[in-house]
Amino acid sequence: MTTAAAAGQPVLQVRDLSVVFPARRGNPAVKAVDRVSFDIAPGQTLGLVGESGSGKTTTGRAILQLQSATAGSVKLLGQELTTMPRGDLRRMRRHMQFVLQNPYSSLHPRMTVARILTEPLQVHHSVAPAQMPDRITQLMELVGLEPDMVQRYPHEFSGGQRQRIVIARALAVHPDFVVCDEPVSALDVRTQAQIVELLRTLQDKLGLSYLFIAHDLALVRQVAHRVAVMYGGQLVELGDAAQVYETPAHPYTRSLLDAVPIPDPARQRAKLAAAPPEPEFDQHKDPLGPCVFGEDHGRTGNSTWHVVCPGHGVSCRFWPPAAF
Amino acid sequence: MAEARSIVDPALDTRPIAEAPPARKRRHLLLALGIAMLLAMLLVTALGPWIAPYDAIATSPDSLAGPSTQHWLGTDSIGRDVLSRLIIGGRTTLLITFVAVSLAVAAGLVLGLVSGYVGGLADELIMRGLDIVFAFPVFLLAIAVVAALGPTVPNLILTIAIVYTPIMARVVRAPVLSVKRWDHVEAARSVGVGELRIAIVHVLPMVMSPILVQTSLTLANTIFTVTALSFLGIGPPPPDPNWGGMLSEARQFMELAPLTVIGPAVAIVFATLTFIVLANGLRDLLDVAGH
Amino acid sequence: MSASAKPLLQVQRLSAQFTRDAVVSQVVKGISFDIAAGEAVGFVGESGCGKSVTARAMMRLAPEGSSVELGGVVRFDGQDLLQLREADMCDIRGQRIAMVFQDPMTSLNPVLSVGAQIDDIMRRHTGVSRAQARRRTVELLGLVGIRDAARRSEDFPHQFSGGMRQRVLIAMAVSCQPDLLIADEPTTALDVTVQAQILRLLLRLRQELGMALMLITHDFGVIAGMVERVYVMLDGQIVEAGAVDDIFARPQHAYTRALLDAVPRLESAGRLMP
Repeated sequence: MTTAAAAGQPVLQVRDLSVVFPARRGNPAVKAVDRVSFDIAPGQTLGLVGESGSGKTTTGRAILQLQSATAGSVKLLGQELTTMPRGDLRRMRRHMQFVLQNPYSSLHPRMTVARILTEPLQVHHSVAPAQMPDRITQLMELVGLEPDMVQRYPHEFSGGQRQRIVIARALAVHPDFVVCDEPVSALDVRTQAQIVELLRTLQDKLGLSYLFIAHDLALVRQVAHRVAVMYGGQLVELGDAAQVYETPAHPYTRSLLDAVPIPDPARQRAKLAAAPPEPEFDQHKDPLGPCVFGEDHGRTGNSTWHVVCPGHGVSCRFWPPAAF
Repeated sequence: MAEARSIVDPALDTRPIAEAPPARKRRHLLLALGIAMLLAMLLVTALGPWIAPYDAIATSPDSLAGPSTQHWLGTDSIGRDVLSRLIIGGRTTLLITFVAVSLAVAAGLVLGLVSGYVGGLADELIMRGLDIVFAFPVFLLAIAVVAALGPTVPNLILTIAIVYTPIMARVVRAPVLSVKRWDHVEAARSVGVGELRIAIVHVLPMVMSPILVQTSLTLANTIFTVTALSFLGIGPPPPDPNWGGMLSEARQFMELAPLTVIGPAVAIVFATLTFIVLANGLRDLLDVAGH
Repeated sequence: MSASAKPLLQVQRLSAQFTRDAVVSQVVKGISFDIAAGEAVGFVGESGCGKSVTARAMMRLAPEGSSVELGGVVRFDGQDLLQLREADMCDIRGQRIAMVFQDPMTSLNPVLSVGAQIDDIMRRHTGVSRAQARRRTVELLGLVGIRDAARRSEDFPHQFSGGMRQRVLIAMAVSCQPDLLIADEPTTALDVTVQAQILRLLLRLRQELGMALMLITHDFGVIAGMVERVYVMLDGQIVEAGAVDDIFARPQHAYTRALLDAVPRLESAGRLMP
């Protein structure tokens, strides 16, 4: 059990995180992440969903401090990351790891698997050199790979196997928290299921917390305890998985769920035949759309956060879908 | 437990049907040729003092002789054996070339890596500094250095190294700029690997291909530069033979003993060609390997 | 949309063989299938199964003298496409059979306006006048749901979003009213809300124009609502074929069952079976 779990504290606390890309060459400034806040408890998975441009990947990278945040706070195990000095931050990284999307590019092509797995151990001095081979064997077995394959190079493995290696590398120094950014999008459907199953098993076994970033809502349903929906850099809905999937409170969440194709011919045909839900509002009068709760915020009013029921909150403004 | 690997590259399914790359044999031919030429040159010059038939600086009364069994390429104006002078002269020329280019590559690697990886002010300062050096024509700089410090071999090496550092740094910097954004670099950073280690272990190995090709091309250029400088008299002082100097001396006797000119000319061309063939062979090999 | 007695497209023992670095690989291993006029047929499978290569092989989209060897018969409206001269094949492509690919950005010419590109296709195949082509182009862009079509037809591909570019590609594909539309992962690169829009568009166009559709995808949800029959491919072969409802409800082949089991369902958080 991790120290955070022992203390009952959330592993990750994000408050008003913002990332603004400055204006450049005639393009206006872009608010990629706009005041995002959420917590992740020990041993829990928060699914972060949204379409392209929603800011979900930037959020993940900003939390890991791979992207500098313009404003806001990120506390990992109670310690503030945004103001941490470089050396301390580097050492802190052993508690937070990253599983990237593309298994074909996230491993150094000229390093053997053994070297790839040894590197985190060396960098964090977490294991004596004599014990490193044992630790590597342990990691390989943990992710379901043959330990004697460690002398091979990444290109000798399939996509699914490479992603297992990426996961093994992430687990090498016993992290508390792992950001998984579209970890299975580049894999076939059967391999996706295997890797997701692996991630769940590891979570149970090791008490890991995940920030699971994905665009595939059906997939997120399989892993997430809580779900956060992002649109245009803002959090529009946050709640338990059951709450968000079964009783979505925000029109955008509803349109997102409605668009997911159902692998059931009769139902999917019926769904495509029906007209999709489209919000009606006049963009010129109110660019942010009407308040979901019917309140009048005026043209410049910011959105407010409404609590639908304990643990389930919704942003009250609706932003139009991607413009033509 | 290992998953079965399809013999078809998974990416093949969605890529348009493309033409096959050049046949394996053709790809390696140039490289093999270049390596053969290089080895031949190195062997001959390394064994120089032992295989040269005569002492390269020994004069003899038999001047401007044509080719004969005693002097395969004849003799020059003061009776020195042309073949021996070519072999020994080659040592000097190649030594200067290799050492100078090695220094340029080393300096270029460091400067290009720092400039590309660190970016910002360091990048600006280094690039502008190198631009200033780049702006000097080789020969002017060489004349200036030699006038100031004297025409010794170390000075020549230093001059050439300085002159070719900017191009090396540029060739390193360009791929570094893109490689530093690659996924495996970000993954290493997220693991907690320090920036220095990332630059050397994760970025540098991925930019070696263009450096190898550029090094070959620079070697070819340097042969030319060294011989041209010695032709102009700025090279290693006599009586040590060198190809450029031999050409310069033999000019007046071109009609009487053409081999005194043809000998060094062919040597210069052969050496230059070796590196160009190597460069092309390397480029073919590395482009298609796609590691 | 009733199937005619003789199929529009009849493929028999189609095979495609690649030779690369002296390694010969059979990507498509002698498959047979047919598509009736106006019918929608789906091809599903994981990456590397040969579904995309099948479509390209049928359309002879490999350059002459490349390392691909094709075998079998592709009978379209009485002719064997694999035996046609390239010039005749060009007449068929775009006019009788059209293709829509996964990545709209690389399929469109970046230096021509989208209107010009659609005009070109129409004039090449149907010989209409420039003015007629312009009018028809604007109509088509409107048909595929692009607002302000007249003005937008002068815009360049980079000025459209991904979903809009795909609509443009679809407009190009249907411009000459083909008998068969081949769509290869047409929505894979798009957001899910845009995907739903494009799927609805394809359905509507099929109904209005009576086109047959060959839909290639790895996504079972996409296939479920769009086609009448399904072919499941594995390693260059068809392992199962049948009506879409049958395949989903009663998959016969172990591979089809494994695939369907692995598809995550929106309604349940149960463990995925690997």
